[in-house]
Amino acid sequence: MALLQIAEPGESAAPHEHRLAVGIDLGTTNSLVATVRSGMSVVLNDMQGRPLLPSVVAYAADGSVEVGYGAEAKQSIDPKNTIISVKRFMGRGRHDIAHVETLPYDFVDTEGMVKLKTVAGIKSPVEISAEILKTMRNRAEASLGGELTGAVITVPAYFDDAQRQATKDAARLAGLNVLRLLNEPTAAAIAYGLDNAAEGIYAVFDLGGGTFDISILRLSKGVFEVMATGGDSALGGDDFDHRIFCWIIERANLTPLSPQDARLLQMRAREAKEQLSQHGRVPITVKLDSGEYVDLTLTTEVFTEITRTLVQKTLVPTKKALRDAGLTVDEVRGVVMVGGSTRMPQIQHAVAELFKQEPLNNLDPEKVVALGAAIQANLLAGNRAAGDDWLLLDVIPLSLGLETMGGLVEKVIPRNSTIPIARAQDFTTFKDGQTAMSIQVVQGERELVSDCRSLARFELRGIPPMVAGAARIRVTFQVDADGLLSVTAREQTSGREARIAVKPAYGLSDDEIAGMLKDSFSHASDDAFRRALREAQVESQRLIEATQSALADAGDLLSVLERAHIDAAMTKLQTVMIGDDRRAIDEAMQALSAATNEFAARRMNQSVQRALSGRNVDQISL
Amino acid sequence: MTTFDLNFAADHFTLFGLPRAQSLDLERLENSFRAVQAQVHPDKHAHAGDADRRLAMQWATRVNEAFQTLKSPGKRARYLLALFGHDPQIESNTAMPTEFLMSQMELREAVIEARAEANEDALDAVRLRLLSDIKVEYQRLAELIDVAKDFAAAANLVRQLMFQEKLLNEIDDALEAVTA
Repeated sequence: MALLQIAEPGESAAPHEHRLAVGIDLGTTNSLVATVRSGMSVVLNDMQGRPLLPSVVAYAADGSVEVGYGAEAKQSIDPKNTIISVKRFMGRGRHDIAHVETLPYDFVDTEGMVKLKTVAGIKSPVEISAEILKTMRNRAEASLGGELTGAVITVPAYFDDAQRQATKDAARLAGLNVLRLLNEPTAAAIAYGLDNAAEGIYAVFDLGGGTFDISILRLSKGVFEVMATGGDSALGGDDFDHRIFCWIIERANLTPLSPQDARLLQMRAREAKEQLSQHGRVPITVKLDSGEYVDLTLTTEVFTEITRTLVQKTLVPTKKALRDAGLTVDEVRGVVMVGGSTRMPQIQHAVAELFKQEPLNNLDPEKVVALGAAIQANLLAGNRAAGDDWLLLDVIPLSLGLETMGGLVEKVIPRNSTIPIARAQDFTTFKDGQTAMSIQVVQGERELVSDCRSLARFELRGIPPMVAGAARIRVTFQVDADGLLSVTAREQTSGREARIAVKPAYGLSDDEIAGMLKDSFSHASDDAFRRALREAQVESQRLIEATQSALADAGDLLSVLERAHIDAAMTKLQTVMIGDDRRAIDEAMQALSAATNEFAARRMNQSVQRALSGRNVDQISL
Repeated sequence: MTTFDLNFAADHFTLFGLPRAQSLDLERLENSFRAVQAQVHPDKHAHAGDADRRLAMQWATRVNEAFQTLKSPGKRARYLLALFGHDPQIESNTAMPTEFLMSQMELREAVIEARAEANEDALDAVRLRLLSDIKVEYQRLAELIDVAKDFAAAANLVRQLMFQEKLLNEIDDALEAVTA
């Protein structure tokens, strides 16, 4: 399959101008931004020509924020206010974080997602990640010379709902229109598959700085179908560094370290790991603040020995994913290696041994995710050329379930189900006259609620009073194409919509997000009102364009009266969108949306019919 | 060209342009699924208006559900029997022939024993035996539904197969526990 051919901006022909869209790989250690330019997916470098942005954020007492290499340089000077690997904290409570005692940060003890106390105030991982995303957005807009239409943000395939939601919130905070959250191995498969015209079963082995994913995909005729995914959202290069760090402390007989010395040793540990990918032995010499000297030599043999269990931890989910996909290793045509940590020789050997073939390393493991995300962003933004199209079918990585009597879990949506997916579950009341009930939603594979991650507690209110067991409340769980869950409920016998109060266990409430947005505006130079108005205008323009193109394509599906109704709503929106009354714009958008609902339904029916016509319509027996 | 009303409420077979039958051409099902999903998937409507995007998610959900139902022979049979107005009584009717129950108990004991001994090979052996039994039963089921149109007998067989598939899941769990 050829890559997209896109005209230069400015030269682009009707009907659509080229929309600026990017793919962002928000990594544990490094982040990247890429875009499709002249039909080629390219990583956008910074002013100094560097493709990577270290995912490091440094806060100063005056409230200023530094991101990237500048922040990285501060990590051993001011470790408390220099946040590294923030991705590990996304959607996580304090008790979830590995080696939390060795981290130099002041954690704030709150319910739900962990927060960090810095000189610039208390920061949530969402806000810290938003700083990285803002830097990527600014780089892209400076490089492409315009405002972005949207972005695809990648997440580890094994991220649960809380971690995905946190990532989407961070993008929203950074002022990005998220076209899709895309799983990292799937993004890599797109880049690899299109580049190599690959067909067949492929495994993507993605070991990053803090997360591990394995995805098994079937590539065929323009379809990327994820068959199974597995992983560990708290396993990555950081853990290999940590093993070296512990080995140094043990070998050098070091007493308790200052935060500065600890960070220095962690940096040396990482450098040693990286050098071991090229050399058989590396010296580790460090002069500590305490005046102590460290002088050791680490060999490949020792490194392999002290990290054996970590390597093993990648193989267990890999075998499980193969089993889930119903495949044996012999059926896997290639293993694509993704993530900087796959450069470690012991990982390469372990993968080769398991799959009985040499893994594929022909794409830059650090860039491939961002490149794939950019290709998908370009497609989603509507820049595709005729005939150049593909379908991406991804899955939910972890089962969704409900708490039942006695703390047991009832699975509602099993892992590796193709998304989007919805399941309905009926509930009834336990007592006479009961008007409310509480439902706990969990994610995970174990049979006990306590072994799964609690996602949210839903409270259903407004159930009509009836005798116990008479009410029938149907709760529908919908997982969208981003892998995010939403819940609706309806009382079946009365037809009444029960109200749902969602209490996300680890996410942020809408109020919290609104508060952060407000805070970020009061510090920023652009004012909140103008930006909100601008967003409404952009959204209006998008809706009008989409409606016009639908009318041009399938206007014949409408009666004269229906057509007039839509035209009137469109004219109304075109009139008010020039003004600065945001509420009027919102109302006109809603009116146009409502006027086109039925039209949209008919177009969808028609396109489904078209998809089947000429294929096997004649063979239908009803 | 045959005209038919293909809409959101159409049954799964109509949705994919397939005849209502238990024996089914899997390749044709997959091709239809991909053709339809290529039209309705949210990725195809990411830059459209809200109404379109909401509809796309509902449609894609619907198409995935239909595909998963028709792809699995057990789910397909249950769905088909329900379409023909024949409730397979999965929840209420648990009666099964004694001979069948005996053979299943034997297999289950073998699984428990193999799991306790962490005997991967023994588990694999039971799994293979069960898989081949299930395959034969599904051929019989297709004949009962498509040819003999004996829906009552088909419903009985569906219940037995669900029993066997549950055991298969237990073997998979045991294999996971043993190999982890």
